[in-house]
Amino acid sequence: MNAATAHLPPGLPRPVPEPDGLDAPYWEGTRRGELRVQRCRACQGWQWGPEWICHRCLAFDLEWIAVEPRGRIYSWERAWHPVHPALKGHGPYVVALVELPHAGGVRMIGNLLGDPLQAVTIGAPVAAVFEPHDEASPPFTLVQWRTMS
Amino acid sequence: MAPGGSRVDIDPGLDYSPRTESGTRFRHENAGDDPAVSVPRTIRGRVAVAGVGETTYYQHGQAPEPEVKLALQAILAACTDAGLDPRQIDGFASYSNDRNDPSRLAAALGLPELRFSNMQWGGGGGGGAAAVGNAAAAIAAGYADCVVVFRALAQGQFQRFGAAPPAATVAGEQALTFPYGVISPAQRFAMRVMRFLHDHGIAPEAQRAIALASYHHAQANPRAIMHGRPLTPEAYDAARWIVEPFRLFDCCLENDGAAALVLVSAERARDLRRKPAYLLGVAQGSEYRNAARGHNAPTYASASFTTVAPHLYAMAGVGPKDVHVVQSYENFTGGVLMSLVEHDFFAPEDASAFLTLDNLIAPGGRLPLNTSGGNLAECYMHGLELQIEAVRQLRGESTSQVPGARVAMVISGPMVTPVSSMLLGTGDAL
Repeated sequence: MNAATAHLPPGLPRPVPEPDGLDAPYWEGTRRGELRVQRCRACQGWQWGPEWICHRCLAFDLEWIAVEPRGRIYSWERAWHPVHPALKGHGPYVVALVELPHAGGVRMIGNLLGDPLQAVTIGAPVAAVFEPHDEASPPFTLVQWRTMS
Repeated sequence: MAPGGSRVDIDPGLDYSPRTESGTRFRHENAGDDPAVSVPRTIRGRVAVAGVGETTYYQHGQAPEPEVKLALQAILAACTDAGLDPRQIDGFASYSNDRNDPSRLAAALGLPELRFSNMQWGGGGGGGAAAVGNAAAAIAAGYADCVVVFRALAQGQFQRFGAAPPAATVAGEQALTFPYGVISPAQRFAMRVMRFLHDHGIAPEAQRAIALASYHHAQANPRAIMHGRPLTPEAYDAARWIVEPFRLFDCCLENDGAAALVLVSAERARDLRRKPAYLLGVAQGSEYRNAARGHNAPTYASASFTTVAPHLYAMAGVGPKDVHVVQSYENFTGGVLMSLVEHDFFAPEDASAFLTLDNLIAPGGRLPLNTSGGNLAECYMHGLELQIEAVRQLRGESTSQVPGARVAMVISGPMVTPVSSMLLGTGDAL
């Protein structure tokens, strides 16, 4: 997949890792088709979004675990009004907030693929779809979601 | 608390009266007389709003004056209202990174000295009540004697809030949201509200009633941008979606203007020309890990007040049934809905029954709400017009007056962090 087959039109802001490197392992993981989440080596607690310290035990000892890229819809929205020039004339799109029960219930944001007018059900199971943007500089990969039948 | 739930359970048997640091209840008449009685750690009854002022409110981008000039005009108007010489101002407090810094204002106004300058952290309108609280704390602590709280916006001269910033690349929190089209404030908050409506089975008419109440009150308010432009239920329902579950009229305006309040000690306020509006309590903050990146706040379906509101009531020594009128910041109507639940005006399961136009309008509604028109229909003065309206209610001068209002609440900027809320009262409420 490339930008021509991306879910949203080209021209939206591109993600880059933070200058201090905090979330670089996440973005490196998406390039490999992995969904990585922080886990504390000291207390085994999951953590997302990323931070340098474990919010449970305060250890500076977090590792990055590739988790099964599945979850369930925790909430969602359907955006209609184009707030960015790249979205003008595109029409509505669905955003899902996806909960990962097997990774401490952390949540991920992505677009829900398929019909933009589809009915969306909170709690429905979803699977990740990695969306590479190889032509971008630097290249990046988004994590989208599709409902599981 | 149920997963995803956001209701804060305020014990109906709880004693809301103020307490000293050691936990024993204090009595105002004793505080200060006996050195063995600790000074109460509360703002209740110690500071008052002595004057309020605002510029003409303009459509977005239509202000005929530079933003800093609007700020100065609002500050002078508040001083005139209070009957105070502007040269008596010795402090400023604001929020949301207001561009007009206190040192410039002090120089421009020729103030003899500047003793307090304060910016509440956090974007959005969540700092509106906190800025008043910060100003009041400075007065109570003796840092300053006469502090102005202000907000000025002429967005046409700068970057809009509702539009995407022009950056080609984004990092951190924005990297997790912007590439998926979650960019504007409406898009950032819609999923919080969607989850709350889902959890509690709340009908779309609940959000609609909040919008209708603001427009209803704006028709009586000649300052309001939407004065003369009433909103019907049919027009609300027919309006386009911005982002589900928000239609056009669920979303605040964007406007130009400036507003200011001048605060002094309660003792001094009693000698000034206007009836004082005393602070009963102020609270700011947010819940456990509210700012966890990428929409990972544990208490997600929330306006962020679940921990703040109990502090507010405890300091003010009143409960929700004692509140006569509420000004609740409308960035989006769903945020107002959750704010009112978290301040314990009704249970989330009762939201659809409680939130009707009749219940929300002055003079006779159960909980008159946003009686100037608020951010939806008076002016998006970043919520500071709500503080001014609360003062007008306590003076008996609102264009939609609640008869005999003695306690007024202002709730600032739901769903951001930190948020803040405050209670004001007349002398009778002390």
